[in-house]
Amino acid sequence: MTLDLKLDAPDEANRADDLVQGVLGHENERPDGLSKAIGAATYAAEPRPDGLLHGFLVRAPGIGAVSCSNANSVREMEGVRLVLRDPRMIRNAAQGAANEAPVQGVDRAEYVGQPVALVVADSFEQARHAAQALEVEVETDDAPVDPEAVTAEKPDGRQTAQGDLDAARRDAAHVLDRTYTTSSMVSAAMEPHAATAEWDGTRLVLRGSLQMLKYNRNELADSLGIAPENVRILAPYVGGGFGSKLGISAECVAAALAAIELGRPIRVVQHRRQVFEMNTRRSETRQRIRLAADRQGRLTALEHEALVSNLPDETFAEPVLQGSHFAYAAPNRALRMHVARIHRPAAGSVRAPGEAVGVTAFEVAMDELAVATGIDPVELRLRNIPDKDPEAGIPFSSHRLKAALSEGARRFGWADRPSPPRQRREGEWWIGTGMAAAFRVNAIMEAQARILLTGDRAVVETDMTDIGTGSYAIFQQIAAELLGLPLERVKVRLGDTELPPGSGSGGSFGAASTGTAVWMAGMDLRRQIARALACDEADLTLKDGTIIRGNTRRSLAEAFDGTVLTGDGHVQPGDAQQKVRQATFGAHFAEVAVSDVTGEIRMRRMHGSFAAGRILNPRTARSQCHGGMIWGIGMALTEAVTHDRRDGHMVNRDFAEYHLPVNADVPPLDVHFIEERDPWAGPLQAKGIGELGICGAGAAILNAVHHACGARLRDFPATPDRVLAALV
Amino acid sequence: MKLSFAVNGRKQSLDLDPRVTLLDALRDHVGLSGSKKGCDHGQCGACTVLVNGRRINACLSLAVMHEGDEVTTVEGLARDGPSALQAAFVEHDGMQCGYCTPGQICSATAMLEEVAAGWPSHVSADLTSKVELTQDELRERMSGNLCRCSCYPGINAAIGQVATEVPAEEETAD
Ligand code: FES
Ligand code: FES
Repeated sequence: MTLDLKLDAPDEANRADDLVQGVLGHENERPDGLSKAIGAATYAAEPRPDGLLHGFLVRAPGIGAVSCSNANSVREMEGVRLVLRDPRMIRNAAQGAANEAPVQGVDRAEYVGQPVALVVADSFEQARHAAQALEVEVETDDAPVDPEAVTAEKPDGRQTAQGDLDAARRDAAHVLDRTYTTSSMVSAAMEPHAATAEWDGTRLVLRGSLQMLKYNRNELADSLGIAPENVRILAPYVGGGFGSKLGISAECVAAALAAIELGRPIRVVQHRRQVFEMNTRRSETRQRIRLAADRQGRLTALEHEALVSNLPDETFAEPVLQGSHFAYAAPNRALRMHVARIHRPAAGSVRAPGEAVGVTAFEVAMDELAVATGIDPVELRLRNIPDKDPEAGIPFSSHRLKAALSEGARRFGWADRPSPPRQRREGEWWIGTGMAAAFRVNAIMEAQARILLTGDRAVVETDMTDIGTGSYAIFQQIAAELLGLPLERVKVRLGDTELPPGSGSGGSFGAASTGTAVWMAGMDLRRQIARALACDEADLTLKDGTIIRGNTRRSLAEAFDGTVLTGDGHVQPGDAQQKVRQATFGAHFAEVAVSDVTGEIRMRRMHGSFAAGRILNPRTARSQCHGGMIWGIGMALTEAVTHDRRDGHMVNRDFAEYHLPVNADVPPLDVHFIEERDPWAGPLQAKGIGELGICGAGAAILNAVHHACGARLRDFPATPDRVLAALV
Repeated sequence: MKLSFAVNGRKQSLDLDPRVTLLDALRDHVGLSGSKKGCDHGQCGACTVLVNGRRINACLSLAVMHEGDEVTTVEGLARDGPSALQAAFVEHDGMQCGYCTPGQICSATAMLEEVAAGWPSHVSADLTSKVELTQDELRERMSGNLCRCSCYPGINAAIGQVATEVPAEEETAD
């Protein structure tokens, strides 16, 4: 029977610290690491079933009604099997956890780059050539593409106000009113979106590059008009996601439709330039932040207003204000969200939707306030830490920002910093340091997992994915810890919708949610073992495949003599989310050099101190933090999608023009984890770490730029032209 | 077109459409999918393989240009068990999703040879003196291989361990 857990109350039992195998919380290597290093891990485009055909998607070159007049002659080209224009093809990738088909259709393009056809041929080369030969005509209409040029929607429930802002501003010792902008950005996972679809007449099996399989299965079934039971999705390895693979993408549906039509396996891989357009981008934002503070720098008023955009019929709006609801105390506060309906490619979740851009802009504003008040930036944050949720009035489940700020400052050597800017120069370079706080909401999602125990060998099973985050590693550790097994005795099977549905990977909830389901499955097994031995589960000590009770020892293998025990675990969110405010916290520190000849910014070093509950595996967690911090470098310095002013198309849709941080851009990074056990996070007491590292990282960098050279950059990214203009 | 070349020491005779890239020949015709396709445009380095010992972007090269060549892929580097670099990438967590990893490892393998042969880079002080593989040199020489998971600290630590002459600048673990 499944062991269920609903998170309604804190878990103070702290069982995880009593277990004795000693693998949870340790720096273990990824069990999937070697297969990746020797090229044995296979990704969605890599199976080669017999009779495989190749599909290539075709994009709309404009916005409006679409037709393809030469489709018949393309059908006659060498090797071509099919020119598919099916109303079930999807307009853009589904949003995370959509659980149903996204907007469908190929007769109208709502944005430049929308997939409007699939060409299938015997070889990839033939399919690509024929796809390029297909002429797509668009009766261009003038759909709006500039978020500033339309009247924005003000969605209900996303406008909050408390207190009297005008009065607070009137009485304040310091006021600040600034506008910041961030650009459209993309996930740019290294593995392009890909699908290999096989249809046997009733059932579809799709190898996909997807993050949340239980939802993806329903999205795909709904798009195709078939029953979810007849869809199986496999994604044992996913080459990065960062939000762009939360929902099904265009090639999944197109490949499935072609496989059904032709009765042959089909592979469709998005070309890199299609990956930019057909999936979801991070919306550009314009953020106005108004602060009022007393003489000691305590905030008396806080206002954060954001403008974001999306296509018609997309419910997602970049939740820019998410962090501002709870980051700082201020009795008078207003948060306002505005959404422009425009025809740029669809917007959706990209690593830390909301806080990645919202906290980053807010933390630049806090730096400006620190300069204005003459208070040290670390001290200013310390003075404004709320003692309960500033809006809902409920307590925090655990709040370690103070520790992160203090410990981060100590490790970085913040005390040695001269407070005025423009104090250190080396040749043409100004050197400076800056900091920012990090905030990210934390959530648990419903998840299930199963563990099969045969003697002293266990197999963990769930449809959860590992998109690079370390799921394979931590589930192995959790199961091994509970069952008292050496790591190599525990295998982990992921990424198959035939397995119990996990949470999927997204929103930093994967490790804590599906990890807790694995924990419950392990606990279920411990209870079964205890029952068989007629003792209490809590009195059971399991270590190295041995059952220890008092001074008796027995090996698991001999006690159960080859019977397979099955443990099932299930976790779901409960009232905890109403009773407490739960979040993760951190502090970023950066040192930069700014050339006043070229405007170039070079990173010198970065430090991040992070509190995210129990760290299940510091090695994989640290890699996640590095990832977030380096994304912060990209956001601060180079990453921006340029949209054409006439039709909104992405001008720089490849890696030559959209600049990800490369090895040479990344300085030494130091990561420190703050000790924390959050009892409201369930028995593991772990929270998400995958996104915290990006929240505010870019602000620490631009605050350091200001400290270095006195230039205040309010438009991200701080490209050399902008730096030079701000330097004067 | 008919073509033969050696892949990981084994002769391969293929009959290919002349448009097939070396990368697609390896992945789809030889059946070695270790080399990855991240962009098909020479912009990411995921497809890096060794041709006659030198690193190239296999997506930028047509298969038919490689008659008689010796190609080594990430699978070939593990022929006698994981290479030192492959083991070090696992040890230092020089990967997350793993998609850029084969390219990083092939690239690093050839890069260490280039350093040993004294090839200068953009950050070398001059063109003729002995190359020291400092962290700056390492980062510069590995910048043709993008990693969106951003595993550069682990990648550099792994390469640094194998090229023992690299001064350790790795972060402290805690
Ligand atoms: S796939 Fe060859 S460089 Fe990107
Ligand atoms: S490990 Fe994912 S791109 Fe490098």
